[in-house]
Amino acid sequence: MEIQGYVILSITLFCIGVVGALTRRNAIIIFMCIELMLNSVNLLLVAFSKMHMMGANASAASAIDAQIFVFFIMIVAAAGVSVGLAISVMLYRNTRSVDVNFLNRLKN
Amino acid sequence: MSTTQILFWFLSILAVLSAVGVVASRNPIYSVLWLIVVFFSISGQYVLMNAQFLAIVNVIVYAGAIMVLFTFVIMLMNLNEHPEIPKNVYLKAAGIIAGMCLLVVLVAALAKSSNMHESLRVGTNVGLIKYLGRTLFNDYVVPFEISSVLFLSAMIGAVVIGRKEKETVA
Repeated sequence: MEIQGYVILSITLFCIGVVGALTRRNAIIIFMCIELMLNSVNLLLVAFSKMHMMGANASAASAIDAQIFVFFIMIVAAAGVSVGLAISVMLYRNTRSVDVNFLNRLKN
Repeated sequence: MSTTQILFWFLSILAVLSAVGVVASRNPIYSVLWLIVVFFSISGQYVLMNAQFLAIVNVIVYAGAIMVLFTFVIMLMNLNEHPEIPKNVYLKAAGIIAGMCLLVVLVAALAKSSNMHESLRVGTNVGLIKYLGRTLFNDYVVPFEISSVLFLSAMIGAVVIGRKEKETVA
């Protein structure tokens, strides 16, 4: 398999996530789109780690480092989701809706 | 076409179509289900790249834990009472055009790169849990422990934010 396919797949998933975050108004769906973007980046990191496994100036250790990095990205994403969903539950409790346009009252 | 390539194309098309389903479906529950399909196909890609540890962690953490969290929150909220008011058509079109522009720019910037045809070396066993675990507990012990503190603080933060208003007053 060439790296090209993985790069284009990751870019496509990332852009679908961007489109979703820009066009939807439901806070939870925006969260899900952010998760989608994080996952596409993880996929690209793993593909690059496999590509640079035994390149000219890379060792197997750097490939392992890349996969550990993906592991830590997953950890931080999980922690972020738990706090973010708590915030959106709070938002729903106060406004009876999860529409992000209600949040523009923070402007004034 | 080899079996690997057929599997790669199948998983890619599945991932892209279900990602479109996440963005396009009206009901948030359907979005969650489509997102689970995306995560499983990305895990399939990890298996295809011989990164078994990350494949399993992806299934357990994302498809298992995070998606259950999303499902519970959506079910708690009973969103069908107030269906989402769609955005202005112009704003929607602007968002789609902006995303497609990003896609075109990134692909065009990377298409001529000289490394694009380099092939993956999937035969080696770097992705196995034995080697990753050895590195994780030798070189990355401190970040690993700090991430447990991060989880604790996230848990406390979620509980503090999610508490009812009256209890904080009293």
